[in-house]
Amino acid sequence: MSTATSPNGTQPKQSFTSAASVYVNERTSLAGFVKELGRKAFPDHWSFLLGEVALFSFVVVLITGTFLTFFFQASMAEVHYDGSYVPLKGVEMSVAMASTLDISFDVRGGLFVRQMHHWAALLFIAGIGLHMLRIFFTGAFRKPRELNWVVGFVMFILAMGEGFTGYSLPDDLLSGNGLRIIDGMIKGMPLIGTWTSFLLFGGEFPGTAIVGRLYTLHILLLPALLVALVAIHLLYVVVHKHTQYAAPGKTQLNAVGPPILPTYAAKAGGFFFIVFGVLALIASFFTINPIWNYGPYDPSPVSAGTQPDWYIGFADGALRLIPPGWEFVWLDRTWSFNILVPLIVLGGFIVMVLIYPFIEAWVTGDKREHHIADRPRNNPTRTAIGAAGVTFYAGLWAAASSDILATHFSLTMEGVIHALQATVIVGPFIAYFIAKRVCIALQKKDREIVLHGFESGRIVKLPGGEFIEVHQPLDEYDRWKLVSYDSYQPLMLRPNARGKITVGQRVRAAVSRWFFEDRIAPVTRAELEAAHALHHAPAPAGELEAAQSSQH
Amino acid sequence: MAQDDHSGAELAAADSSHAAHDSVASPGTALITTDGFENPGFPPHRPRVTDEDPKRAKRAQRTVYTLFYLSILGSVWAVAAYMLFPIEGNDVDAVRLNNMFIGLGATLALFGIGFGAVHWAKSVMVDVELADERHPVGGSPETRAAAAQVFADADRESGFSRRSVIRNSLIGALIAFPLPAVVLFRGFAPQDQNPVELLNHTMWKQGTRLALDPSGAPIKASDVTIGSAFHVIPEGLADLEHGKLEEKAKAAVLLMRLEPSELNELPERASWSYDGIVAYSKICTHVGCPVALYEQHTHHLLCPCHQSQFDVANHCEVIFGPAKRPLPQLPIAVDDEGYLVAQSDFTEPVGPSFWERN
Ligand code: HEM
Ligand code: FES
Repeated sequence: MSTATSPNGTQPKQSFTSAASVYVNERTSLAGFVKELGRKAFPDHWSFLLGEVALFSFVVVLITGTFLTFFFQASMAEVHYDGSYVPLKGVEMSVAMASTLDISFDVRGGLFVRQMHHWAALLFIAGIGLHMLRIFFTGAFRKPRELNWVVGFVMFILAMGEGFTGYSLPDDLLSGNGLRIIDGMIKGMPLIGTWTSFLLFGGEFPGTAIVGRLYTLHILLLPALLVALVAIHLLYVVVHKHTQYAAPGKTQLNAVGPPILPTYAAKAGGFFFIVFGVLALIASFFTINPIWNYGPYDPSPVSAGTQPDWYIGFADGALRLIPPGWEFVWLDRTWSFNILVPLIVLGGFIVMVLIYPFIEAWVTGDKREHHIADRPRNNPTRTAIGAAGVTFYAGLWAAASSDILATHFSLTMEGVIHALQATVIVGPFIAYFIAKRVCIALQKKDREIVLHGFESGRIVKLPGGEFIEVHQPLDEYDRWKLVSYDSYQPLMLRPNARGKITVGQRVRAAVSRWFFEDRIAPVTRAELEAAHALHHAPAPAGELEAAQSSQH
Repeated sequence: MAQDDHSGAELAAADSSHAAHDSVASPGTALITTDGFENPGFPPHRPRVTDEDPKRAKRAQRTVYTLFYLSILGSVWAVAAYMLFPIEGNDVDAVRLNNMFIGLGATLALFGIGFGAVHWAKSVMVDVELADERHPVGGSPETRAAAAQVFADADRESGFSRRSVIRNSLIGALIAFPLPAVVLFRGFAPQDQNPVELLNHTMWKQGTRLALDPSGAPIKASDVTIGSAFHVIPEGLADLEHGKLEEKAKAAVLLMRLEPSELNELPERASWSYDGIVAYSKICTHVGCPVALYEQHTHHLLCPCHQSQFDVANHCEVIFGPAKRPLPQLPIAVDDEGYLVAQSDFTEPVGPSFWERN
């Protein structure tokens, strides 16, 4: 090795890298970090890649976005377009729109970077969403990770804000229309609406200020917050160490996986380039946001079937599902419940997402650290709640395409809206019920397998003439994955020290019963022994016995 | 050669029940069984094919460096594409080629590195798994005690708890100091305008001619045939120096002509139409999209944003969708030269509802 120093202290010739690392270390104490972190074990699983997809697309968004800032001009001054795209030549538009067209048609590779930026933004938010679902369904938000759930949640909201502000920047027809809807929603808010809109737009809609203002948010404030939160988020991962799935040898007291250096670093670093490459590939072939087809913003024309970016869809859908007539004049003021109700319902939904970890912790009363991620089936109520939430979101999301659904499937607009209203209200209950039953059925099957082994596919004939399939018992390693999960009992109501049962306790007991009353407990040793005894008892001598013992 | 770092025996002893350091923490309603299974410890290590077969190992190494070389090729390709596929004036196809070839080069460059590195990690690097101990996140009791001591010392030395007047006055100052910053936000909108005032008026005045959007040509009543619909702006809008879009966002109008017998007009608005020609605000009363889709047979207007539908024959009442109010009607008449003109401004604010509207 080139770093070897001879025992008498004289330094034989050093390679450049070792000299450089000595130089850096003596000025930064880097060796300490490397020693601390370099050989940390990093648990590995495909579902852990979702967060990396989000992180890496964010990096791509930062890189491509920075390139765009060198060409984009966030001004709403009116110009006559004079670039390469002939159909729009001479058309009056804002400088923002014209510069975006220039990025697309007059800067070599500009369209590529612009499309990569937009695709990466879409993947970024999708990545966060899927990552959140992974965390939710595996219970990885439990102590000590509740606060990191909150950090992730805030990033999800900020990411949607980034997306929306970015979508509004080119000042084309669609982006202006999106802003028009935001303006209308803000105006519909009681008390503060009119003035909030006035302040936001710097006067009447659309004004000449909004693009510049959103630009500051889009490239300065929101990215700075996001970068800071990403740093906190990852710091938490280091502090907590990653969760891992139950497997032989893995415990609440260890973290098992390949070391950060070299294996994990190579895999994650490679994965960054793969995500980057996928985005480059998509951007080479698939147009996104062809603003030249939409034209500059004008409050008058609009084309049917236009869509916001996917992550705004749920909010747009919520607006569509409100039945006619939800607006009143009362006390000489206008109350726009057709706007307030979607805002409140979505707000409530989002807040539920935010506080779910704290609710579950309150229900279980479990104060221990949890480092083994659940299999979704092993917490049927949580999984069912998640399924209900996903269904609710999906219903709203589909509603954002109600017109497209109606025309594609030749349905009436009214029919589609009513069906989706039903989906959003009833769907979550159905999804809850189905998911819960499926989880419990899977848990029962797990118990079956632990107690009686799995079907080997081998049929033997008993001396009595009947045919049975030989069940092969699990080895202890496979068994461990099926029996090592937390199971909770419903809370028993007990009077507190002063002999009272508080309302809080009653509520908690009720919720706890709802969560855990039909739980399936993991197989115990005694149960397994009993099951074995049962197997062996009636087994007559001969073939079956032989078949079984050969398995052991 | 695979080296296995976990000392199986020690790990096998630790089971997954929440362990030693956490034994003080309450398990809540978790079922604690004394009859659970023991964690069997790590299963025996399974070598990969590349660990056992030197030929496969060689091949994996070759794949890795080939991928890295391909990446270099991709980068060179992207640079060459930048030069070879210029965007020649006004040629949209050139843009497409430029985009595609630069993109493909970049893709190859990125994939080469990405797949190369992952393959290196998976097939060539030594296949170790380590097991790190976890420690309670809250730290050891000594650490916690030391931290508490730091706060106690800081409190004693500063008198933060003791000198309550100092402390409270500081808290007051900290609450007050951002207020000026909040007030500064008033500068976001012009000081001399009132939004409610502005929302109550549009550009339409008595005698303003109805003009075609976007050309600005005035419209003769005789040009409006039955069944037709026109996108309309006030005459003079196109010549505005400032505020063109703001005015248009309020003043845009749809002009339609129906058989007078099909029009069901409110008695107080009987004089607002002309020979079956009616003019309605084009700005949706939901959240303000342009209500631009007119269905001639049914006389329905459809807003493309959230599918509110308005019935033109019935003074633009809402027949479906989240909007509540009918589209405001613009009273029209015909001037001496036969051009359509407004009788006045709209008699109510147009567009989305707002709090002060009544
Ligand atoms: C430091 C970070 C970022 C910078 C410097 C940046 C920069 C820009 C610029 C200059 C534009 C306008 C030019 C154009 O459309 O061609 C833009 C557009 C956009 N940005 Fe960003 N951005 C950043 C982060 C983000 C993030 C985090 C998102 C999404 C989550 C995002 C989503 C968008 C979208 C959707 C557009 C519209 C693009 C289009 O019309 O094709 N950006 N961004
Ligand atoms: S803006 Fe017209 S229906 Fe929503």
